Amino acid sequence: MIRFENVTKRYDDITAIDGVSVDIADGDFVFLVGPSGAGKSTFIKLISKELSPDSGRIFVGGQDITRLSRRRIPELRRQMGMVFQDFRLLPGKTVYQNVAFAMEVVHSTRRTIKRTVPQVLSIMGIADKADQLPQTLSQGEQQRVAIARAVVNNPKLLIADEPTGNLDPDTAWEIMKLLSQINRRGTTVVMVTHAKDIVDRMGRRVIAIDGGHIVRDSQEGEYGYDV
Amino acid sequence: MFRGLIHSIKEAFFQIFRNKVMSFVSILSISAMLMILGVFFFLTVNVNNMTENIKGEFDTIEVFLEDYTTKADAQEIARTLSTLGEVESIEYVDRDQAMEEFRERWGDKAYLLDTLSDNPLPNSLRIKLSGLEGGSLVAEVAKTTIGVEDVRYYQNEVNKVLSISEAIQKVTFVMILFLIVVSIVVVSSTIKLAVMSREAEINIMKYVGATNWFVRGPMLIEGMLIGAISAGIALGAISYAYMRVSEFFGDEALKLFSSNLVEADFMITNLAWIFMALGISIGAVGSIISMRRFLKV
Ligand SMILES: Nc1ncnc2c1ncn2[C@@H]1O[C@H](COP(=O)(O)OP(=O)(O)OP(=O)(O)O)[C@@H](O)[C@H]1O
Ligand SMILES: [Mg+2]
Repeated sequence: MIRFENVTKRYDDITAIDGVSVDIADGDFVFLVGPSGAGKSTFIKLISKELSPDSGRIFVGGQDITRLSRRRIPELRRQMGMVFQDFRLLPGKTVYQNVAFAMEVVHSTRRTIKRTVPQVLSIMGIADKADQLPQTLSQGEQQRVAIARAVVNNPKLLIADEPTGNLDPDTAWEIMKLLSQINRRGTTVVMVTHAKDIVDRMGRRVIAIDGGHIVRDSQEGEYGYDV
Repeated sequence: MFRGLIHSIKEAFFQIFRNKVMSFVSILSISAMLMILGVFFFLTVNVNNMTENIKGEFDTIEVFLEDYTTKADAQEIARTLSTLGEVESIEYVDRDQAMEEFRERWGDKAYLLDTLSDNPLPNSLRIKLSGLEGGSLVAEVAKTTIGVEDVRYYQNEVNKVLSISEAIQKVTFVMILFLIVVSIVVVSSTIKLAVMSREAEINIMKYVGATNWFVRGPMLIEGMLIGAISAGIALGAISYAYMRVSEFFGDEALKLFSSNLVEADFMITNLAWIFMALGISIGAVGSIISMRRFLKV
């Protein structure tokens, strides 16, 4: 699903990703861990083409996105869902509209939207919140809306940058259950996290980054740092 | 594509209502500038019209002949002058005909002429020029021709009027350019404010894979709509004002150089096109300028 070949990304004088090569298979569930400033968010942004590498090559879904023209970025983004620590919901739109919005962007028909959104909301356990505004929801519920939006178009890849960063442990664990469920349906999940307990408890592949290098990559890994 | 367009139009209306204050400010400034522009347009067209009339009226040189010249002499002089450039036609006007025209011009006061014992007017040649530039040469040559008593040609007056109207047109042109630039700046900065308040929203759109056109389309249409609405308002105001002005001056005072104001109908139809075209392009250019930097995520 994702392949980095000797990728380097610099910001002015900082090398955030330094000659990284890695393979993430279809259907994988991968944690990206490492201390603050290690380059995790940069790694994620390279996948979503928010940033382009200075050298090396990046493939997503078999496609070389290293030199993707700007016009073709939307096409790439439609293959992936993105979830962030701060949810990034539209405050003026209801839960339903926030999710439907992602479908409008890809020009789904009104009928498909009407059928699909309630389904996804109910999978996320927030069907009863459809007509509420995001700010009236709890943090956990808001993150569920964000995940609903990320997966409503059935992406092959879900990338999440500290999706549980703002949540208490119980709520975080609920979110993790949703992400595993999504992963079981075949979606590749790449998740950045600082939550040692979650990583250890899930027992999935862990890629540890430090100073722009991959320092460890274990299949049934543990967090491996004392935070 | 079609669904995209519908989306854009719906979203544009939604945004205009959502950003009432900004839409209002934009509409206000574009229509104000269009109105000022309309006044200048009104000015140029009328000055232009006046100039054309003046040119039409003063492209004639009257050559008064000595009393001793016969019609044959006159024709000889005419033949000589007609070889000069820019002479379109030469008409021989004998003194009786000249008196007749005089009476006509004096209208109901023509009886005053009856007191004259005999016709004091000379025979003359009336030279029509095809352009004004060569007029002075023709007048010069005519003056030195034997048999010519006097030459009447309002060259200086004509040139004065022409240079004034040229100046007015230049100033107007510069003003119009200036106004267009100002209103593009105003529109783009109001739209930019609207866009900035939506930056988060636009970023989210880009994250879920919206194309640039999906984001840009509504804003472009929003700008164009604002431009069109402003054009409508400005057109209404200017048409009303122009009709009142031409009602007021139409037949009376502004018969400057025997030139009336250009007809309201003609002006308004033309202004409608100009305003719509300008309003819509200002709106479009304004929104394109303001959107550029937000579409790079
Ligand atoms: N836009 C930027 N301009 C300059 N430097 C940047 C920029 N973004 C990130 N950096 C730097 O690049 C390095 C890696 O940043 P990155 O955001 O990838 O870290 P991270 O692993 O996500 O950290 P955290 O866990 O705190 O989110 C850091 O040193 C950071 O200061
Ligand atoms: Mg980060």
